[in-house]
Amino acid sequence: MEIYLDNSATTMAFKEVTDLVSKVMYVDYGNPSSMHLKGVQAEKYVRDAKETLAKLLKVQEKEIFFTSGGTESDNWALMGAAQANSRAGRHLITTKIEHPAILQTMEYLESIGYEVTYLPVDENGVVRLDALEDAVRKDTILVSIMQVNNEVGALQPIEEAGKIIEKKNPRTLFHVDAVQGFGKIKLYPKRCNVDMLSVSGHKIHGPKGTGFLYIDDKVKIKPIVFGGGQQKGMRSGTENVPGIAGLSLAAKMMYDGMDEDVRRLFALKTYFQKELAKMDRVIVNGPLYGEGAPHIVSASFTGVRSEVLLHALEEKGIYVSAGSACASNKHTVSATLSAMGIAQELLDCTLRFSFSIFTTREELDYTLQCLGEILPMLRRFVRR
Amino acid sequence: MFTAFLIKYAEIGVKGRNRYLFEDALVEQIKFALAKLDAKYAVRKTQGRIYVDAVSEFDFDETVEALKKVFGISGICPVVYVEDEGYEKLAQTIAEYVNRVYGGQQKTFKVCARRARKNYPMNSMELNRELGGVILDNCPGMTVDVHDPDFELNVEIREKIYIYSEIIPGPGGMPVGTGGKAMLLLSGGIDSPVAGYMISKRGVKLEAVYFHAPPYTSERAKQKVVDLAKYVSAYAGPMKLHVINFTDIQLAIYEKCPHDELTIIMRRYMMRIAETIAKETGCLGLVTGESIGQVASQTMQSLAATNEVCELPVYRPLIAFDKQDIVDISEKINTYETSILPFEDCCTIFVAKHPVTKPNVNVIKGHEKNLEDVIDGLVQTALETREIIEIG
Repeated sequence: MEIYLDNSATTMAFKEVTDLVSKVMYVDYGNPSSMHLKGVQAEKYVRDAKETLAKLLKVQEKEIFFTSGGTESDNWALMGAAQANSRAGRHLITTKIEHPAILQTMEYLESIGYEVTYLPVDENGVVRLDALEDAVRKDTILVSIMQVNNEVGALQPIEEAGKIIEKKNPRTLFHVDAVQGFGKIKLYPKRCNVDMLSVSGHKIHGPKGTGFLYIDDKVKIKPIVFGGGQQKGMRSGTENVPGIAGLSLAAKMMYDGMDEDVRRLFALKTYFQKELAKMDRVIVNGPLYGEGAPHIVSASFTGVRSEVLLHALEEKGIYVSAGSACASNKHTVSATLSAMGIAQELLDCTLRFSFSIFTTREELDYTLQCLGEILPMLRRFVRR
Repeated sequence: MFTAFLIKYAEIGVKGRNRYLFEDALVEQIKFALAKLDAKYAVRKTQGRIYVDAVSEFDFDETVEALKKVFGISGICPVVYVEDEGYEKLAQTIAEYVNRVYGGQQKTFKVCARRARKNYPMNSMELNRELGGVILDNCPGMTVDVHDPDFELNVEIREKIYIYSEIIPGPGGMPVGTGGKAMLLLSGGIDSPVAGYMISKRGVKLEAVYFHAPPYTSERAKQKVVDLAKYVSAYAGPMKLHVINFTDIQLAIYEKCPHDELTIIMRRYMMRIAETIAKETGCLGLVTGESIGQVASQTMQSLAATNEVCELPVYRPLIAFDKQDIVDISEKINTYETSILPFEDCCTIFVAKHPVTKPNVNVIKGHEKNLEDVIDGLVQTALETREIIEIG
């Protein structure tokens, strides 16, 4: 049995998506910039994808730019906007719980003379709006806040944040990293004063290496990838047509029946959190039940190292992650969990379970049953 | 220009009537090393020399890199073959050769001509003198020094004429396979791959054993050891890696023995298991990466305690090396970056805060008695369920 509960790291692609990607690679393989028919046919996939995605977000087609994924979208939004607006100011704001694609870029910007404020979060991992209100200044050029935290599933108050930023400094740009939220929680940038929004394809059953950045028409931004002038010169490089087609189809499939899927996921999450909380010395982190994102559950297992528990579950065919797998392979303590004030000794005992629309109650029951067997065994053997 | 390599070997030249065995082993190892490349080569042994002839298009640098990993080679001389088309043509070729290899530099040289074909119209002395003159006249920057030249230009008159002057240092050592076989205890660390490399440099073929402790160690930790074994096998030739599931043995020790002796007792069982496989597979000794005093389990007393369980000799090539010296070798053989990947290995998972540094063998033996009921079965199972991975 294989039970994949690491959908915040990546997801299995929809079968329909792999069929389409394969068809575009093998049949409609033209370069969208070519003048001949083969190019025109390929270009149609890109146009259609823009139309689809623009509709889902209720924005204009020309505001969608395809990238290589969430990391590039995040990098571009920050670097491109910081450069283009440096005369208006050199101050940026983000939170302490962002993905490394944001935090590392901010660190780089600091090294070249920008100033960055990192907002604190509450015990559930939700950004403190009073801190945001205090932080926005006249020379603040950009605020970047994630929609859903990847480690504990905390849902950020994007709409309220948008209002605060608008009120304090209407010229400040607002970027949202929606990599974990897109396809699960609807967000309409124009209604929330969001100027830029990052999305990744492989978190929504699309292909890896795909994504896009929504950029509001009025935003001043510079490109960070130069070359043949594709996508209006804003993001050069031959468009990843099969990837773009796959991304767009995956997004459409996520939005079809989304309300029903989300209801079901919340029911699973509530069940799973309640069952975990009943277990001996298990602490559920982050927002509970109907709060937060519907697909992420974080829990700390006192006295058991997360890496060992992860491999013990792996032996049972259950795949989960310790901390954030996207920030993989590093023995670093989770910034999110620390920022939430989780006790030091629990940081190294924390697992993340992340669901997809394919996750079933039976899979969760099996996982709970395995945890029930494994935990007492592992607790017998600890470093003394 | 170059189409062949003359292989120089040092130590095996002096092995008396066993010499041909060593040479044959060296030829085999050269063939094995070159088989991984795309080009085709002929390796031949004639008149006490080994030549590698490229018989297809080949990449010079790639070939030299491959040869530099064959133990037993002390030097690699790139050779130019030319047809004998008379002295005038030879003189012209020599001048071209020197200008091409040393052009624009200030160098001292001497010519060493040899005639394997005695019917050549000039003798060696005449050739040395005449060709020396040709170089002085046609190659700017070159001056003669017969006592301590920067390069010796070798001209050998055979069925063809061989010209060479460069000697690229080889790795030295002895051809793998001439020194028997040993069992390497391979962990994911820096030391054990270096120990394997050093022992195989003395002509010893290797097998390796790795102790895996799932779920405490991960698939990636195992992959890391497989990768390290591959780097070692680039020098040591193909080897078998035996992967032992050590978890149950480790947990039994944990439950039944004093905690500060856990590492020592664990290592004693590792040695026992390694020795059992070694004997099964015809190995004549064990190899470890231990170095005196590096950690608690590598004090003289601890080494004595782990050594005590073995009948076979235990070779510890790094025993007197400082860590930095070991790191330097691991960088040279490309294992360092892999070794420092941060995956937990089975030696560190349950390690005590204050392990014994001066264990007493009798005390340890007494505590091992606590394991009597279970340990033979566990060791047996571990041996039977081992996974064998072919490397190289």
